[in-house]
Amino acid sequence: MKKIEAIIQPHKLEDVKEALKAIGIDGMTISEVRGHGRQKGHKEVYRGMEYQVDLLPKVKVEMVVPDGRAEEVVSTLVASARTGKIGDGKVFVYDVLEAIRIRNDDRGEGAL
Amino acid sequence: MPYRRWASILALVPALGLAQSIPPATEARIANLEAAVKSAQSAGDNAWMLVSAALVLMMTGPGLALFYAGLVRRKNVLSTMMHSFSLMAVVTVVWAIVGYSLAFGEGLPFIGDLRYMFLNGVGSAPNADYAATIPQQTFMIYQLMFAIITPALISGAFAERMRFSAMLLFTVLWLLIVYLPLAHMVWGKGGFLNAFSGGKIPTFDFAGGTVVHITSGVSALVCALYLGKRKGYMSEPMKPHSLVISVIGACLLWVGWFGFNAGSALAASSLATSAFVATHFGAAAATLGWMLAEWIKNGKPSVLGAISGAVAGLVAITPASGFVQPFPALLIGFVAGVGCFLMVTAVKSKFKYDDTLDAFGVHGAGGTIGAMLTGVFATNAVNDSLKDAGGKLLPLGLVDGNPGQVWNQLLGVLISWVLAIVGTLLILKICDVVLKVRVSAEEELEGLDVSMHGEEGYTLES
Repeated sequence: MKKIEAIIQPHKLEDVKEALKAIGIDGMTISEVRGHGRQKGHKEVYRGMEYQVDLLPKVKVEMVVPDGRAEEVVSTLVASARTGKIGDGKVFVYDVLEAIRIRNDDRGEGAL
Repeated sequence: MPYRRWASILALVPALGLAQSIPPATEARIANLEAAVKSAQSAGDNAWMLVSAALVLMMTGPGLALFYAGLVRRKNVLSTMMHSFSLMAVVTVVWAIVGYSLAFGEGLPFIGDLRYMFLNGVGSAPNADYAATIPQQTFMIYQLMFAIITPALISGAFAERMRFSAMLLFTVLWLLIVYLPLAHMVWGKGGFLNAFSGGKIPTFDFAGGTVVHITSGVSALVCALYLGKRKGYMSEPMKPHSLVISVIGACLLWVGWFGFNAGSALAASSLATSAFVATHFGAAAATLGWMLAEWIKNGKPSVLGAISGAVAGLVAITPASGFVQPFPALLIGFVAGVGCFLMVTAVKSKFKYDDTLDAFGVHGAGGTIGAMLTGVFATNAVNDSLKDAGGKLLPLGLVDGNPGQVWNQLLGVLISWVLAIVGTLLILKICDVVLKVRVSAEEELEGLDVSMHGEEGYTLES
């Protein structure tokens, strides 16, 4: 099993969800996060007080998929989240040791 | 003046009866007519004044409460709203016991007497010294709303770091030592600065440029300097936590200000209309003034700038509103918009004081600009209250050919500044002896909502 963690532009979330749904991926966890990589932030001014805002709002999408589907999911995700501009985000893939369904104690890929 | 309305109707009556003497039945009818006209006028004036009183209260809550609350950090949102809200209660009690009397009892040139203590004798009969067509109780409750918002404005300077108990004590003392004396001097019968009641230095302050805005703004600066900067000022981010609620607050202030300024005509008169128009024009021009200045300086016209400009314009037009024509009102607003922008950006950053929400930069500076320009643009074409012995209208401001008024205004401004500085310093010293004025470092870090009130403005769990 692989865990796929993607940090994307908030406005691309709908596109990503649609694309993943189209290839049969329904389960995912989403959180609103803030961060930045190489992308520079922006300047805000409140009554003459300047603030450099470099932690920008992003959305983190997390899902765990069977090994065989990981590559397909990653490429779908990357294609649907891309605008081609700086700040599009990153995808990380991890190995997952175990998955357990809390309701009935299913283990492994059957629990996904 | 409203008086003229029925006076002109009655003026026709003798003309009808020139040839023969009036029969008794007609005389009785005239008397009835006179009484009916008087009561109709009183009803109209009273309706407008009660609405105005409610509008002015709306400026404090929710207007100012929202405007200020949006500008602080989220951990202080409730404590900031509580400053405004609690004063709606505290000032009311002080006003009922002694405040109204000290402001509007005849007394001395500098302070009223105790004739209306516990609102003694303040009932449905009008007080002709102030407003001859409305119950004195209406006048009393209307003026109370001004006494509520004035100390609430100061809270912008000490927000996020003053102890609640100290704030309450501060306000009561501040009313007694700063507000009531100045309100009496400017508006009270026989007041030292009251141009319409034989004041030694006749100043024009229609709705409170000196009494409300200079006193609150200058006292705010004293508070900001006395309390010192917030922890982390200039090193940690202290962005407004929700400009959305500040915009709502500013809109409510704008609307409420019609009650503040047009209501200060104390009647549903043409003077009220004129003040209403001037108020609106001043706010509009100041919005544009601040916005353009910021656009040029920073490259972007901010929403916070636009709403701050509107408030600055409303402040500046306050003393002038019942004295100036629409175009001078636009000019006063524009000057205030640009002037206050420079105060809260250039001047504040140069002197590095932490006036949290710019109570001084907007109210102190805007009030001073407005009070001075009132001396320039006041005209008897708008306000016909001042006449010589022969009934001829007296020139009011510089544009009427009375340059001396600018000097009078300057003296009024200086007296207000000095009273606010000395009074506020004294009060802060007293408060610091009795209670500690500033919260502890831990309380400040935790936020005043939790440390002072045991609550949070926003909770994720519920």
